Amino acid sequence: MAEFKEISPNAPASAQLGNWLENRFPSAFDAYRVHLSEYYAPKNFNFFYIFGGLSILVLVIQIVTGIFLVMHYKPDAALAFGSVEYIMRDVPWGWLIRYMHSTGASAFFVVVYLHMFRGLIYGSYRKPRELVWLFGCAIFLCLMAEAFMGYLLPWGQMSYWGAQVIVNLFAAVPFIGPDLALLIRGDYVVGDATLNRFFAFHVIAVPLVLLGLVVAHLLALHDVGSNNPDGVEIKGPNAPKDAKGKPLDGIPFHPYYTVHDIFAVSMFLMVFTAIIFFAPEFGGYFLEYNNFIPADPLKTPLHIAPVWYFTPYYSMLRAITPEMVYVLIACIWLAVFLAVTRGKLAALFKVVALVAAAAVTAMMLSTDAKFWGVVIMGGAVVILFFLPWLDNCEVKSIRYRPDWHKYMYGIFVINFGVLGYLGVLPPSLIGERVSQVGTLFYFGFFLLMPWWSKIGQSKPVPSRVVFAAH
Amino acid sequence: MKKLVLSFLTAFALVSGVQAAGGGIAWDKAPNNLNDMGSLQNGAKVFVNYCLNCHAAAFMRFNRLKDIGLTEQQIKDNLLFTTDKVGENMKVAMDPRQAKEWFGGNPPDLTVIARSRSSGQGSGADYLYTYLRSYYPDDTKATGWNNLAFPNVGMPHVLWQLQGERMPVYAKEVVHGHETAVFKGWEQITPGKMTPLEYDHMVGDLVGYLQWMSDPSQSKRVQVGVWVLIFLTVMTVFTWRLNAAFWKDVK
Repeated sequence: MAEFKEISPNAPASAQLGNWLENRFPSAFDAYRVHLSEYYAPKNFNFFYIFGGLSILVLVIQIVTGIFLVMHYKPDAALAFGSVEYIMRDVPWGWLIRYMHSTGASAFFVVVYLHMFRGLIYGSYRKPRELVWLFGCAIFLCLMAEAFMGYLLPWGQMSYWGAQVIVNLFAAVPFIGPDLALLIRGDYVVGDATLNRFFAFHVIAVPLVLLGLVVAHLLALHDVGSNNPDGVEIKGPNAPKDAKGKPLDGIPFHPYYTVHDIFAVSMFLMVFTAIIFFAPEFGGYFLEYNNFIPADPLKTPLHIAPVWYFTPYYSMLRAITPEMVYVLIACIWLAVFLAVTRGKLAALFKVVALVAAAAVTAMMLSTDAKFWGVVIMGGAVVILFFLPWLDNCEVKSIRYRPDWHKYMYGIFVINFGVLGYLGVLPPSLIGERVSQVGTLFYFGFFLLMPWWSKIGQSKPVPSRVVFAAH
Repeated sequence: MKKLVLSFLTAFALVSGVQAAGGGIAWDKAPNNLNDMGSLQNGAKVFVNYCLNCHAAAFMRFNRLKDIGLTEQQIKDNLLFTTDKVGENMKVAMDPRQAKEWFGGNPPDLTVIARSRSSGQGSGADYLYTYLRSYYPDDTKATGWNNLAFPNVGMPHVLWQLQGERMPVYAKEVVHGHETAVFKGWEQITPGKMTPLEYDHMVGDLVGYLQWMSDPSQSKRVQVGVWVLIFLTVMTVFTWRLNAAFWKDVK
């Protein structure tokens, strides 16, 4: 038990109450110090550092609005569509809650994508922050599951056919595919059973995992300390510290970054509420127009498109046509050829690589291309987990990387945007070609990173963070 | 590298061109009547008289019409054909099985029709405004009617007595080396009870009503939104100064 602190009986009532509480619940006071008032964050954070805090805000908005929606929503194939319209019309302020939730879903991905981009360019995934990055990737994966299952709930045409398309993808897995798809759906087509289980996952199972991961993400972050735009460690053994051992380049999170984040929150809310009140459909990107038609299992829409935040991955899925499988096989053999001829590996490993390549080629030729599309789509997310071990650049931050790396990251972002845009459109021949090139670039960016990240002359990293007083 | 970016951009432009080429005739722009109570009330009258016999608006309650300036008594006296309770939803008595026999399909619910028909071509209101003004007689169809905005439509021209009969006028033009019939406009065959101008006006009212019904809180939403943004602007000024006050000491 912690030391029982005495306080003067003449102290103000608030101090006495604080003392009374601290003696009975010291861990809350410790947590406040460790995570807020004495958590030292680098003082040179820039604009990109507001998105972590904002994603917590959006998470809270989604949970609170979600609770109110569940009070009126009916997870029943016959009633779901009507109950959403009931929320929009008959529940007082129901339209506001629903638009907050639907806009919040897109806002979540906006802030999370920007948050991930921040981590990417400033090397926030590098030692010792690998676990922070891994927890973050797991959060992203959960978020995708959460969004996908939530999208079925309004039970419109896009909800229904989107789920149908994605669940059918699992049927492409060799051997167990059809049974797997059946297990996910709970029926032979997407139906009431699917709606009910997606509802259960959306409102309780995935959010629980998500919250746990957010806690792990933050705890791990506060253990190793935040990175910053310079990629300079402010708490390392060589970092400058004051007489009390506090980092000179750090400031307490509270109050400095709390007021900073409140400012960011009010600006974010202006954009967020402007969308909610003036353009909640956001031109069909946040609420798809077809989703205002009730789900009809007998009428397949002409064009099925996922919501914008999934479209880069959807593009990669569509890019894997039977001829693209040959391109992938060629890529595998090229890699093996380079490993065998140029790699400094033991002969045994070279043989293993050759045998593995032959086995994968045989599998690729004998399985439906659709399955490899699923593998590529899943791989596009899974590959993010490996980022900490792919980057071999000697510096962390884009500020001190070789100049040509900036172009590399620039093209990566443009490529991701182009893939996303193509995923919104109906399939077309030229779109397919572009998305195939884009898919190769996306994977090349990561898989070749161990080599390309070493090329070029990086700039000298300053010993302290670059900060100009406001 | 610049070449790469350029080729991406070119592909981008080509692909967006593909999307623009949709089917059906181009949509006319529907008038915006959302803030015109008289127009919305007239649209509600036309809707109840002409549409609500086959099409339901199952998520819309009659007493919500108070939002467009009608009193409960006015609604009860003039608009309650299908029910006698003003709090009821706009349902229809038609049997869905018979509807399927008569029209080849169940007439869709119209509550959110204006939202669901939006697309890259225009708003749902634009589509409905064009659709309701594009009927022409066609002997090859079971109902005797066809539509340029919705080819092989199942619904006959319910408003034909008001509009009269019109035929599309085509001109032969050479497009990409092929002689094609290009739609040029309409020719009135028999006059209706309304002049073309009156008819367009009435359809505009009806479409405005459908647009209002698809999201009845939309006007209130914009009003609230303005106040919320004013509040947030003030709050942003305060949080900005608060932030600056704390950070001026950080060297």
